[in-house]
Amino acid sequence: MTNAGPTVAQAATPETPAPVTRLPRRRGIELALIVVAVLLCVYGYCAVGLARNGTVPPGAAGYGAGLGVLALLAHCAVRLRAPYADPLLLPIGVLLNGIGLVLIHRLDLETPHDHAAPAQLVWSTLGVSLFIVLVLMLRDYRVLQRYAYVWVVAALFLLALPILFPAVNGARIWVRIAGFSIQPGEFAKVLLAVFFAAYLAANRSALAYTGRQVWRFRRVQLPTGRVLGPILAIWLLSVGVLVLERDLGTSLLFFGLFVVLLYVATGRTGWIAVGLLLAAAGAVAVGWLEPHVNSRVQDWLHPFATIEAGQGPNQVAQSLFAFAAGGVLGTGLGLGHAILIGFATKSDFILATAGEELGLAGLSALFILYGLLVERGYRAGLALRDPFGRLLAVGLASIVALQVFVIAGGVTGLIPLTGMAMPFLAQGGSSLVTNWAIVALLIRVSHSARRQYDGEVAP
Amino acid sequence: MAKHIRHAAFFCALLLVALLVNAVRIQIFSARSFDDNPANRRATIARYERPRGNILVGGESVTGSRDSGEQLRYERTYTDGPLYAPVTGFASQVYGTTLLEHTGDSVLSGTDPMLSPFPLVGDLTRAQGRGGNVVTTLNRAAQRAAYEGLDGRRGAVAAIEPATGRVLALVSSPSYDPAVLSGNAAATERSWTRLNDDPDKPMLNRAVRQTYPPGSTFKVVTAAAALDSGVVLDIDRPTDSPDPYRLPGTTTMLMNEGDGCEDAPLREAFAWSCNTVFAKLGVDVGVKRMGAAAKAFGFNDARLRIPFSVAPSTFDTSVDRAQLALSSIGQYNTRATPLQMAMVAAAVANAGQVRAPYLVERTTTGNGATMTTAGSRPVRQAMRPETADVMKQLMEDVVTDGTGTNAAIPGAIVGGKTGTAQHGLGNAGMPYAWFVSWAQSEHEVVPKVAVAVVVEDASAERGDITGGGVAAPIARDVMQAVLNSSPDSGS
Repeated sequence: MTNAGPTVAQAATPETPAPVTRLPRRRGIELALIVVAVLLCVYGYCAVGLARNGTVPPGAAGYGAGLGVLALLAHCAVRLRAPYADPLLLPIGVLLNGIGLVLIHRLDLETPHDHAAPAQLVWSTLGVSLFIVLVLMLRDYRVLQRYAYVWVVAALFLLALPILFPAVNGARIWVRIAGFSIQPGEFAKVLLAVFFAAYLAANRSALAYTGRQVWRFRRVQLPTGRVLGPILAIWLLSVGVLVLERDLGTSLLFFGLFVVLLYVATGRTGWIAVGLLLAAAGAVAVGWLEPHVNSRVQDWLHPFATIEAGQGPNQVAQSLFAFAAGGVLGTGLGLGHAILIGFATKSDFILATAGEELGLAGLSALFILYGLLVERGYRAGLALRDPFGRLLAVGLASIVALQVFVIAGGVTGLIPLTGMAMPFLAQGGSSLVTNWAIVALLIRVSHSARRQYDGEVAP
Repeated sequence: MAKHIRHAAFFCALLLVALLVNAVRIQIFSARSFDDNPANRRATIARYERPRGNILVGGESVTGSRDSGEQLRYERTYTDGPLYAPVTGFASQVYGTTLLEHTGDSVLSGTDPMLSPFPLVGDLTRAQGRGGNVVTTLNRAAQRAAYEGLDGRRGAVAAIEPATGRVLALVSSPSYDPAVLSGNAAATERSWTRLNDDPDKPMLNRAVRQTYPPGSTFKVVTAAAALDSGVVLDIDRPTDSPDPYRLPGTTTMLMNEGDGCEDAPLREAFAWSCNTVFAKLGVDVGVKRMGAAAKAFGFNDARLRIPFSVAPSTFDTSVDRAQLALSSIGQYNTRATPLQMAMVAAAVANAGQVRAPYLVERTTTGNGATMTTAGSRPVRQAMRPETADVMKQLMEDVVTDGTGTNAAIPGAIVGGKTGTAQHGLGNAGMPYAWFVSWAQSEHEVVPKVAVAVVVEDASAERGDITGGGVAAPIARDVMQAVLNSSPDSGS
């Protein structure tokens, strides 16, 4: 915050009372960006139709109108109840959600008997509805801190729920009710982030400064035995999720999230050391012992092993082929062959379609959109003064960052593949709704962060 | 706390950078090796994504493409599959390509860099050009005449333009429809098995990939060598040849089909195809000069491409005198493709010059703009021009009052030579009937066409001079078709 303006104004008109800083609300920028985002998505939708059939698809206007109305409603909610919110958050959400719909619609053309885009559109509506409800109802995010233990119980319940249901493709993370598949673990992510933020905000002094120092090794200060308890509990929880549900990605995410928040809350480098050690030990042990995870590690180390064995390319190899086929500029929407990946092309591997058809240019743009989303979250955290808000913003942004890294790294061969949804892009309602909830919370937090400066009397 | 938030943000930025760097790795640096991985179907899909270029005969396509609506979208079709199969070969999604479909594949499939107007931009956008066309030298009427003349009997016809080496007809019989191999359905595999199991070997290109003992047609080579080397100075002076002729160094007596071959002059010996005279001539010329003559006509050349490869015709030069005697009458290890024998007739018709035969006149872009042309071809002198004049005379005599009267065409000068080659263990197999010839319209300066016909297992008696009876009429029809064609209809 610069004080140059008001100071100069003060100097120019010394008779007037001390002026206050008036922060621009920037809702006009948000609206303009939303229009751009919706137009980009409609353009992508038309490009698919032009590439495949040579004509603008008949649903283009309806599709654009649908997405536009959703975005406008969300914008109105923000304008009404969170006027100081960061103007980038909502347009990024709309753009990513819209691109996801375009990509899924594009892949639907390859699978005439399995159309996923209509359902995804319904889920988008639900997601935006939840976004609007959260923006309107949650007047002050700090009330969330009060119910920390409610959230953690709910999160654990949701996490444990799929154990009662049959495993799908080796992972036990789905709940199937009346034809609908829901991944409760997705919702648990947000609840856990809220709980972590609340717990750490309340106990951070105790965690950081109490207890004897067990020993000091150079500059790294290791935490005492008593405060190791919570992190051990979370570590066990992660491994439990991993072993019982065979969901490597989610456990990685929980653990990474907790280590990041713990570090931010206490500032003790020791946590990072302990966290990395535990993570490494857990990952090696599980990667070695658990056959499902072990095969993922093998696929990562030797993506072409199945080709050499004469069994044809596996999904990771097919995904790499898709990215390679895209090159710098991509094949163009509708002109790639990412469908060769086969299973999960529209969900876990949706990024391969983006990489093939939009090229490195489009892929980088997507990564930068995610990067901006995370950056805006962190910025809100930095601007806030209350520890819970800071940790909540950092936690939510970190969820997005870690999730993008885990799944994008998996499908591009950077790290072992773990089944996870690319935020906003991938087919899957639970994930989409969760991501809209994350953006809604970030909107609330960023609103509070900016609003506290508004109307301040200049010093 | 703010400091630690910044650290965490830095960590997230690090993750993002790692993703970007890795994306550059797989999309740019490793992209080529991923693209070229044989398990990557994209190259195959791209190959069949657009209609394949066409092979043209006489200005019209003999090929086409059919939209199958499947992942490998376009399948090859043929307007006259069996007729042109020995030229086009097949373009199969399962079994690859052969013949012109193979040698012209980069043009037809559109991968040829010359088809891309801006190669560097193409590398960036990964756009693929439209397939180009391959224009052949074939003459539609001659090709059809040859195909109908063989009428499903096992055999082959090759016809070339003597002055240029342009291949005018290339027929193998029995043939097959290459369209049945185009797709990738189960029926394709059944067709493949059926064609390969067929005892008639319909996929064997007999015109260029099968060698036969040329029998008496090889006497053209022997006579040319005898004249060129001065062993025979006057074709009307009696030769010193016994009948029967005892093969040198053996007790084997070589016989003739008919009488009157003893000491026969070259003209009569050629007209009546005296084995004894030519066997002795070959021995008199000697293995070195016989070998050189055969080589000059194109024998023992394993590198001939028209543009697909041609099985090398052979004349064995590591032989004793008895074997040389038999080699000189087209037996023993002497073997020739029908195309090679057409080249022999063409050399006589073209003043002793052998032009390397070729089948592709030019290649064009999809819009018809010429990309490459056949260009100038190497020339080889197989005999002196004077010798060629004499040989023309000898071959004309065969048609006017020798064994090849069936090949005569009114209003044209025709020269020919019959052949009937024994084969099989103890000559037990049915003989091959041969006829090689050339024809010149009366109002033309040079012969327009040279042709070689072989019919396997000609169903006539050995003594019936089957070359003249079975093969000559086919040769006549092919030559007639070429002579009747307007000057520019061939291309």
